Amino acid sequence: MIKAILIFNNHGKPRLIRFYQYFAEDMQQQIIRETFHLVSKRDDNVCNFLEGGSLIGGSDYKLIYRHYATLYFVFCVDSSESELGILDLIQVFVETLDKCFENVCELDLIFHMDKVHYILQEVVMGGMVLETNMNEIVAQVELQNRMEKSEVQVWASI
Amino acid sequence: MALKIVKGSIDRMFDKNLQDLVRGIRNHKDDEAKYISTCIDEIKQELKQDNIAVKANAVCKLTYLQMLGYDVSWAAFNIVEVMSSSKFTYKRIGYLAASQCFHEGTDVIMLTTNQIRKDLSSPNQYDTGVALTGLSCFVTPDLARDLANDIMTLMSHTKPYIRKKAVLIMYKVFLKYPESLRPAFPRLKEKLEDPDPGVQSAAVNVICELARRNPKNYLSLAPLFFKLMTSSTNNWVLIKIIKLFGALTPLEPRLGKKLIEPLTNLIHSTSAMSLLYECVNTVIAVLISLSSGMPNHSASIQLCVQKLRILIEDSDQNLKYLGLLAMSKILKTHPKSVQSHKDLILQCLDDKDESIRLRALDLLYGMVSKKNLMEIVKKLMLHVDKAEGTTYRDELLTKIIDICSQSNFQYITNFEWYISILVELTRLEGTRHGHLIASQMLDVAIRVKAIRGFAVAQMATLLDNAHLLTGNTQRNGICEVLYAAAWICGEFSEHLEDPMQTLEAMLRPKVATLPGHIQAVYVQNAAKLFATVLRKHDGETESQAAQETSQLLIDRLPLFVQSANLEVQERASCILQLVKYIQKLQQKNVEVAEEVTALFAGELNPVAPKAQKKVPIPEGLDLDAWINEPPSESESEDEKPKAVFAKEEPKHSRSRHTEVDEKELARRREVRKQEQANNPFYIKASPSSQKVYDAPGVEHIPVVQIDLSVPLKVPGMPMSDQYLKLEVERRQKEKAERKKKEKKKKREKRGKERKADSGPESEEDITPAHQVDIVTEEMPENALPSDDDDKDPNDPHKALDIDLDKPLADSEKLPVRTHRPEALKSPAEDRDSESVPQETKKKSGKEKKKDKEKDRKRSKEEKKKKKKHKEVEEELLESQPEEAVQSEETKEAAAPPTSTSAEASDLDFWLSSAPVPPAAQEVTAPSSAAAAVDTSSAAAPESEPDEPKDTEPEDTKSSKHKKKKQKKEKEEKEKKKKKRHHHHHQHHSDAGGEDSVQNGTVEEEEPLPPMSNYSLLAENSYIKMVYDIQGNHQDESKVVVSVIFENKSDSFLKSMEFNVLDSLNSKLQRPEGAGAHDSLTVPFQLPPGVSNEARFVFSVQSIIMPQKLKGTLTFIVKSDESSTHEKLDFKLHFTCTSYLITTPCYSDAYAKLLESGDLKGSSLRLEGINMPFHHLLARICFHHHFSVVERIDSCASMYSRSIQGHHVCLLVKTSDQTVSIDAKCDEPSLLGNVLDEIKQTFSKC
Repeated sequence: MIKAILIFNNHGKPRLIRFYQYFAEDMQQQIIRETFHLVSKRDDNVCNFLEGGSLIGGSDYKLIYRHYATLYFVFCVDSSESELGILDLIQVFVETLDKCFENVCELDLIFHMDKVHYILQEVVMGGMVLETNMNEIVAQVELQNRMEKSEVQVWASI
Repeated sequence: MALKIVKGSIDRMFDKNLQDLVRGIRNHKDDEAKYISTCIDEIKQELKQDNIAVKANAVCKLTYLQMLGYDVSWAAFNIVEVMSSSKFTYKRIGYLAASQCFHEGTDVIMLTTNQIRKDLSSPNQYDTGVALTGLSCFVTPDLARDLANDIMTLMSHTKPYIRKKAVLIMYKVFLKYPESLRPAFPRLKEKLEDPDPGVQSAAVNVICELARRNPKNYLSLAPLFFKLMTSSTNNWVLIKIIKLFGALTPLEPRLGKKLIEPLTNLIHSTSAMSLLYECVNTVIAVLISLSSGMPNHSASIQLCVQKLRILIEDSDQNLKYLGLLAMSKILKTHPKSVQSHKDLILQCLDDKDESIRLRALDLLYGMVSKKNLMEIVKKLMLHVDKAEGTTYRDELLTKIIDICSQSNFQYITNFEWYISILVELTRLEGTRHGHLIASQMLDVAIRVKAIRGFAVAQMATLLDNAHLLTGNTQRNGICEVLYAAAWICGEFSEHLEDPMQTLEAMLRPKVATLPGHIQAVYVQNAAKLFATVLRKHDGETESQAAQETSQLLIDRLPLFVQSANLEVQERASCILQLVKYIQKLQQKNVEVAEEVTALFAGELNPVAPKAQKKVPIPEGLDLDAWINEPPSESESEDEKPKAVFAKEEPKHSRSRHTEVDEKELARRREVRKQEQANNPFYIKASPSSQKVYDAPGVEHIPVVQIDLSVPLKVPGMPMSDQYLKLEVERRQKEKAERKKKEKKKKREKRGKERKADSGPESEEDITPAHQVDIVTEEMPENALPSDDDDKDPNDPHKALDIDLDKPLADSEKLPVRTHRPEALKSPAEDRDSESVPQETKKKSGKEKKKDKEKDRKRSKEEKKKKKKHKEVEEELLESQPEEAVQSEETKEAAAPPTSTSAEASDLDFWLSSAPVPPAAQEVTAPSSAAAAVDTSSAAAPESEPDEPKDTEPEDTKSSKHKKKKQKKEKEEKEKKKKKRHHHHHQHHSDAGGEDSVQNGTVEEEEPLPPMSNYSLLAENSYIKMVYDIQGNHQDESKVVVSVIFENKSDSFLKSMEFNVLDSLNSKLQRPEGAGAHDSLTVPFQLPPGVSNEARFVFSVQSIIMPQKLKGTLTFIVKSDESSTHEKLDFKLHFTCTSYLITTPCYSDAYAKLLESGDLKGSSLRLEGINMPFHHLLARICFHHHFSVVERIDSCASMYSRSIQGHHVCLLVKTSDQTVSIDAKCDEPSLLGNVLDEIKQTFSKC
């Protein structure tokens, strides 16, 4: 199970947070801060797994993260997930973002948090991996966007 | 209206959208909070408007603010409003917001149930998808209960997109509503073989997640997963399955044996590191589970270690990390294979990556042996010196202590060395772990008696140099060590060379700067030292020294009397008064030493950590009794403070080692025992720990004397290294002497206390430098052995520990619609008790009902196979009688003792067949393997429905799928054509009629009498047949007839053949190639007293009329001496009811349906019905496959649908024993017949 997915930038500003277990807002912020603190002090050439992070999880949980340019993508997972698998999943997710936003950059995530959520929803659902095939994910996202657009057109034509 | 919309859209142009909000926040970096609060005010305004677009926009912005940490729960109701928008765009926004901020405590969630249900059944797959996604994040127990059935229906949706989401969300539903697990499980299992890889992956995911927590319930799925593993190419699925096997294999070592080969093949063949890694992990798990039984798997271990070494040597830090992680698992069972890679692991200690260093440390923990402990610790000590950053250094420190102290100091051969290490560690700057070192010192000094002399000397040095430890306030953590030092010096002061000097060191003014609890120990132990000094000078008349000591105390103690710490103050003033009194006596030349030492007499023993918990409640003590009444006994107060109040044992001998003569020892033991027996505060040792003291021959162990003079005299200098050298020398010397001593040692070993000595031979040869008298921890008398202390009662997965192999009781069906399920005595149980005379419910009943559970369509293909299976079975019966008994289900039921459950025996059989390489299995299908798989599937078709692929080429399967698809498409087209309403699905619960039992029942009403839909088909002296007919929800022209055959005779019934005379309208489905009049073989035999269920599929054309089919069952009765051919005729009655399928319907759709005017009406009056209304409804639901749409007092609307899509609506009213039913249906003759049947049902009762 994936317990949480956090995206924040090099300064710890959250760009997307997705908890699959309930935490109150202040706790969420504390977790983000702690996670950022743990992750940010690590070099880029060390491994992408981190144990600990006392707030979230416990001994069974791991932080698995990737650092892309200005953004950290952090997944908090338990031992039922394959570590390398999750790393691949992060890559799939980021590549999907890249496809959907065309050369994704931090600004896309800043201004379109909702869209990022919709993409993420096609990858992970309720803490479980839903789809790992990028083409399938992109296809579903696009179909839904098209539907949204058609609704907007109907709207505009009124 | 139009005007309003236009106005709304104009308004909207002036609203901020999400992008504007983000931009605004970025532009107000200085006063962000203020800006956001104005934005929230705007949002509140927007939420007040009627325009849903404005609301959705506001909610979208709130979602963003929620991410920034703002609580937006106040808008929960607005979120629900946006969720219920009919537009996908807004719905999606609503659900997203809900998934981000709803949780179990959100009260508006109750309002969403119907909305979500509506979305789930929306014709637009994305509405459904969005609802599922949202629900997965905020599902509550109530939602789970109310929606479980709807979601289960979606698991068979036509769109794989919905199927996979529905499958995944089931896991969440199970967690919140564990009762749903069993009813939903068969379908979930079915999804493991879904044609869509995404759905399949989702099902694997869910089952793996379930199985991880309660693996034993999923063992029976092993064959199915095994097949998936050898056939799947999806790495995600493979990884999950392999992980699952890792969890299963500890429960079933034979599974492990079967797995090893395919896993090793995968390891060799795969290029995906993630897969390789998981394979290695599972092989390790297998090896661990096999470690006891199968000695020879060295090849596999070697392969794993080899692959892991490659990972560790990889430049990719991630692989390195994982390699070490997996290595630590091998270590537990095969330490030797890992130890050969010590170099590599020590190398990792130098890695720049902290995670990797920590992993390497973990590994070292398990790699130590008596041989290499000193060497490894030396390496670690070097790292301690080099380490930057306190976190890592603290980690090193704890690891060193862990490594040394593990399993009761198992690997320490020289405790002097260990004490030196501990003393060296005290020189660490800024460590947080002072208390850890302190507790180790205490532990060693208390439990290793032989080391006390040395420990005391070291501690005295520490006390003397206390200024080095306390000099810097930053290093406060380490001063905890002084606590231990002071206590050890005081408690074991008889070992002190110069107690006077230590006493002086303990009373220095500087001590007053230490933390209070340490000062308190100082003061107390100063008194102990005082007693020792007095005893030392005992007998000397007018001892100057003794009086000087008293004076010293009288001079120094007032400092502590002034202490702000209460404990210190109290102890100091007590002791001060005592010393003053003693001084007076001394001046009068009175002998006081004896009495003062008596103050501290007695010995402290370590107490086991759980001792307190295990004190049995004494008889007559009621812990729940009023506290004011004096408790009868007070044993439970016996907890001893760990070390603070120490008592000194009077010792006359000052010998360092136990070189006292036998007599003296015996006397002392006696005295001590006497003392302990009389001391009410002493927790008596349990018999086992008492042995520790009485163990014979402790004193015979030769003590290897070590010249301590060199290393010990240098205070504060590293000395552990010297021990390393000494140790090497010692071992060499010992080796030479070993032969001489061999005989003697054997005898001595027996007397030794060390139980943990279990290392390899070579290790055992290393004798400890001291006789290691490790005192075992004490437990209270009569302690109850219990190992369940560590389970977390709050684990949500505990509720999911459900036996999935048990047959489903009908009461376990998922609740349909919002009516609450009620505990019912299931009709199934009835059936059982009538058909199976003895206990067999668990055994044969299982098979039968499990059969019922599986999807109807399967029965068709099963039959095709049955013939083949039978042949194989019979072959087996001859060749391997014992195994055949296990695999053959009917026999199994007759002979329950052979195995505990049929499932288990199937698994047994699957496991016991020789492991066959998967490739060979597929290509060549060796007869033995094929037979094995076939029989097992025949025995339990429910556990692996499509198992025997070996004999059935793949293409039949795919063609089957194609056929199914076509059918579905056809159905869909037809549905579109009809376009009556879109609120129902062509898929609904396959639970059929039974699950509607709950329909009519409402909470708090009396329970229903048991009901059964099975009616008698035919009966004679040998056999009884009962049957039930149900529509096949996936095929509009098929019904399934389930027949239970019960053997009433004392003979064996076999070769049963079932035949029916087809009519134009209804035909029995026969396997391809069979003639129109051929009979079908019943796929089982019946031992005496056993019953079993078989299913037959009929195709029907018109369903508007009931009809009867004549048929015959032929069978052979085989008794001991003879066998006769028998025949039984029967009439199958296809009622119109049996063409109806329970289908939920929503009240709005129901109303529309009635308004549409397409339906023709009819009505029925029943007189003299005196049963409660809910019973009446339940009967209609149960026997006639209806579901309740709405119920108001004594009036209810009900709905059902025929397999061909006719709607049947009922309005049932009751008053004074009269029930009137108004009914509408688009097919009047069908309706008439159904009403007749309803009438009949009630006339019967």
